[in-house]
Parts: sequence; structure tokens; C-alpha cells
Amino acid sequence: MTDATYTPQLAAGAKRSSAWSRGFAHFRYVMTSNPVTFIAFVLLAGMIVIALFGPMLVPHDPLATLADKALKPPSREHWFGTDQLGRDVFSRVIVATRLDLLISVSAVALSFFVGAAMGACAGYWGGWFDKLSGRLLDTIMAFPLFVLAMGIVAAAGNTIQNIVIATAIINLPFYARVARAEVSIRRNAGYVQAARLSGNSELRILIWKILPNTLPPMMVQLSLNMGWAILNAAGLSFIGLGVRPPTAEWGIMVAEGANYIVSGEWWLALFPGAALMLAVFTFNLLGDGLRDLVDPQRRT
Amino acid sequence: MSQLAIILARVLQAIPTIFGIVVVTFLLTRALPGDPAAYFAGASATPESIAEIRARLGLDQPLPLQFVDYVRDLASGDLGQSISTGQPVATELLRRLPASLELTLFALLLSVGVAVPLGVLAAVRQDSWIDQLCRFVVTAGVSLPTFFTGLLLVYVFYFLLGWAPAPLGRLDMLHIPPPQVTGFLVIDGLIAREWGTAWSAFKQLLLPGITLALFTLAPIARMTRAAMLQALASEYLRTARAAGLSSGRVLMVYAFRNAMLPVVTTLGMVFSFTLGANVLVEKVFAWPGIGSFAIEALVVSDYAAVQGFVLSMAVLFVLLNLAIDTLYTLIDPRVRIEG
Repeated sequence: MTDATYTPQLAAGAKRSSAWSRGFAHFRYVMTSNPVTFIAFVLLAGMIVIALFGPMLVPHDPLATLADKALKPPSREHWFGTDQLGRDVFSRVIVATRLDLLISVSAVALSFFVGAAMGACAGYWGGWFDKLSGRLLDTIMAFPLFVLAMGIVAAAGNTIQNIVIATAIINLPFYARVARAEVSIRRNAGYVQAARLSGNSELRILIWKILPNTLPPMMVQLSLNMGWAILNAAGLSFIGLGVRPPTAEWGIMVAEGANYIVSGEWWLALFPGAALMLAVFTFNLLGDGLRDLVDPQRRT
Repeated sequence: MSQLAIILARVLQAIPTIFGIVVVTFLLTRALPGDPAAYFAGASATPESIAEIRARLGLDQPLPLQFVDYVRDLASGDLGQSISTGQPVATELLRRLPASLELTLFALLLSVGVAVPLGVLAAVRQDSWIDQLCRFVVTAGVSLPTFFTGLLLVYVFYFLLGWAPAPLGRLDMLHIPPPQVTGFLVIDGLIAREWGTAWSAFKQLLLPGITLALFTLAPIARMTRAAMLQALASEYLRTARAAGLSSGRVLMVYAFRNAMLPVVTTLGMVFSFTLGANVLVEKVFAWPGIGSFAIEALVVSDYAAVQGFVLSMAVLFVLLNLAIDTLYTLIDPRVRIEG
């Protein structure tokens, strides 16, 4: 008797834990079968740690100038050498991680949320909003995207905030299109009709029933897009938009180092450039890995 | 529908797109925080002079009227006056356009010339070393910031090896530019039979061209490989093989031709990236194209110049996409059967 009453609860518990362990097993399977994805996760964790604690860990003040130590090659004291003002390149590269990640994460987050909302409404209700947003996205895509970002920053004013907004705008079409496609194929799915019949409002259905199901492809898009967002933001600061010297930021550090490369002082541009490359590389690998995790059919 | 009708329909489709571009560039100039009149009047302006400038620029008119004025100016080729050079923006852009086009087209030729064979070979010999090479190039290509690749190439080939000339523009000081025919210095040099000049211009073009090509290599190679794999696994190819056609003919005529269709479509996206990356490469190599002009204009907040640059790049992009779609119609075998 007592067994019978406990069984359903136990079964439910076992089911939940098995779902978790299945998920974890799948995660572990993806990680071990594709060590590259594992490396990407480790790199990402490292980058986040550096972004959070980097400024506390660096050996030198990233803004402190030492005129007598200008343009020294990498040494035991200065691992990545010093720049034209005698600042420690290693410290600057580390400290810049936070700003670079902050710019790209906020830009991508902005376009993720706006794009998801826009695409979801367009895909769910269709009609004039769908047409209008479709036109708007087409117009954005009609520009070479980096050029459009330049135009927006030039017009709206040369600030970091506008770099974020411009990067968000040029990334908007990618998210809105994925969200629209994913929502519109689900808007009449069985579980949606069931939810509608049981009296849920349309907005509630969209937010609680459909959107969670569109998250996996959106997350993959997010990760693949992140690297591109970093490249764009760094490109904008490379041509002198947004971040002002003496702020440490990878794009502007490469730009400053560019003047010294023809005379052979390679370390000024190489290290921030390599950091940038590593960050983009991490997100690209992660995107491929996430795609494997989310969708086993598209495994490459 | 005949090919011509399809192409015509496609040209008509470009009109709303161009209209959208004009609206956006207009909004970028007019509906912004801050007062352009106060900006144009400068720091020492009095309220009267600002009002005068506002009337002269037509900024006291309602927005739709301003838009009509803007479109009328554009139709007559007037993009406004550049503050930094004092010349009309359209003249400045036209003068620098050949330099940018030379670089962009050279880079695209180079990257298509390398990426397409690479992608095809990677698909044909799947999981061989060439497939691994293709995979490496694709992954590295999308992660490399263009400006960084450019600087690395300058360091290695100019500073260390001394093979490349200094990254300072299109032609070194020793040569005088050949008489302008196409605006492409290499071709103009050849036309004028000034071999030394043409060679020198080519050497200057090589590094920035490679930089830009490396950047566009990745998407083209990836797309070629994927499309070729799909074509190789298709049923019509199995039929062609079963019918006893030679493997070269199967590969080059049936598989390659069909695989090229999605590749041509991706070229549109590649152009978008190339025109953007062009700006960065021009800055690294001091290339006197419209990208460098735009950067100079950005630094001194030369408003009209930047807007003219954005507009002309967007129109260029639309035209390139149009050319691609026309090409697509011409190489698509299905269109021919229907027509």
C-alpha cells in the first residue's frame, strides 16, 4: 500500500533527474566528442574572469605613462612590451577586455531583444506590422552594414553609446528574421491551439508558449553573431569612432600601433589584435558547438 | 518568362530599395538630435546667422518639403559641399571611386579565384588534407579582423622581408600616374605602355588586395564546399554517372554549374562585408579611395561628405546585387528550359 502511494512521486522525481542527467550526458557527449567546443567554453570562461577581475590583476596601471620606457619590446618586466608613451601593453590588453565585451554584449543584447520582439510580433500576427517591419529590415540590409554603422555614428554623435546602438541596428535583421521564421511556423501548432482553446490570451501564448521554443535557434544566432559584433565595434574604434584615447580598447590600440608597424615595433598592434582575434574565434567556435548541442541534425 | 523579362523585373524591384536608402540617408541628416544649422554656422555664430543658415539650407521648411528638396538635389547629382575640402562631395567621391573599385574588384577576383577551386576540391576530396585546409581557412577567415591581417602582412612583407613596397597609397613617388582611361592605375599603365608604372601600381595593389581577399575567402569557400557536396549527393548526378558520362564532365558541367547558383547568391552578402572592410583596408594602406575620404570626413565631422559616402556605397551595393541577380538568371539552367 505505502509503496503504491509513493510510486508516482518517485517516478516523477526519477523522470526529472533523468531528464537532467540526459541533458548533462548530452552536454558531456558534445564536449568530449568535440574537444574544440570544450576549449571554446574554457576560453569563454577565461574571458569572463578577465573581464570581471582583470583590472585588479594587472601588474601595471594601464594609463600610467613612463617616457623613459617608451617602445620597449616584450621583456620579463613588460610581457607585451610598452607603447609609444611607455604604457604597459599587457595591462592595457587585459583591462580592455571588459570594455570590448561590454560594448559587444550590450549591442548584441539590445538587438536580440528588439529583434526578437519585432520578429515575434511580425511572425505571430502578420498583417501591416509584418509588412512594415519587413520593409524596414530590407532597407537596413540594403546598406553595406559596416558603412551604415559608420553613418549612424557619424550622424548621432561620436560616443561609445552610439557605437552600441549602431552595432545593434545593423545586427537587428538577423535576429528579427530568425524570430519571425521560428514564430510563424509555430503559431498554429497543436500546443498553441490547445493553449488558445483553454482560454489563454494571444499575448500570453506568444510569450509563454511560443517564445521559449524559439530560444534554441536564437541562442545559436546570438553566439555566431557575437564575434561579428566584436569585429564591427573594434572596426569602428579602429577608424577613430567611439572610444577615445587614452582609454584601453583593442580596436584603438591596434590603430595606435599601426603607425609603428612600418618601423618594426610589432608588439603594439600584435597583442591587442591577437586578443581581438581570440575573442572572435571563441565566439565562432562556441556558436558551432551550441548548434551541435541544440540541434543534433545540423552537426557538422 | 524569358531571361530578359526576369532581369527587367529585377531592375524594377531595385527601385523601392533605392527609395528606402534615400529616405534613411535623409533621416540620418535631418531628423537627428542637435541643430545642423548651429553646427554649420560654427562656434562663434549669432542667433541671426544661425537663422540665416537655417533658411538657406531649407531647414525652416516642414520635413516632407525638405525631403522633396533633398531628392531634387540628388537627382541633379548634388550631394552637398564638403567642409574639409571645399569641393562638392559628388566630385570628391567620383575622383576617388576608381581607387576603391580597383582594390575591391581585384580582391574579389583574387578571392573567387582561390576560394572556388578550394571549395570544389574540398568537397570532391572530402576529409582529405585539402578539406582540412579549407576548414582552417574558413574558421580563421571569419575570425581575423581585416585591419589586423593587413598590419600583419605589412610587417612581414614590408618590414621583415622587404618584398612589398611601403603601404603608402597606389603608386610610389618615382612614377607619375599614367593618363587616365579607366581610372585603374594598373590597366591605365598597361594601356599607356608604361610597364614600370603598371608593375609598380600592381605591387602597391597586391598587399591590400590580399588582405581584403583573405577576408572574403571564407564565406565563398564555405558556400562552394557546401553547395558542391549537395550537388555531388544529388540524384541527377547519380543519373549522369549511371549514364556513363566521364567523371570530369559530371563534375565540371553538372555538379559545378548547379553548385555555383547558391555561391552567386552569397556573393551579395560578401559584397556587403567587402565594401565595409574596404574602409578599414584603405586606412591601413593609406589607399586614396572613398573609404579614406570618409574616415577623414568623420574625423573633422564633415557631415555632407559622410552622408554622401554612405549613400553612394549603398547605391553601389544595390547595383552590385542587381548585377549578381542578372548573372544568376544567366547561369541558372532552369530558367533556360522555361524560356
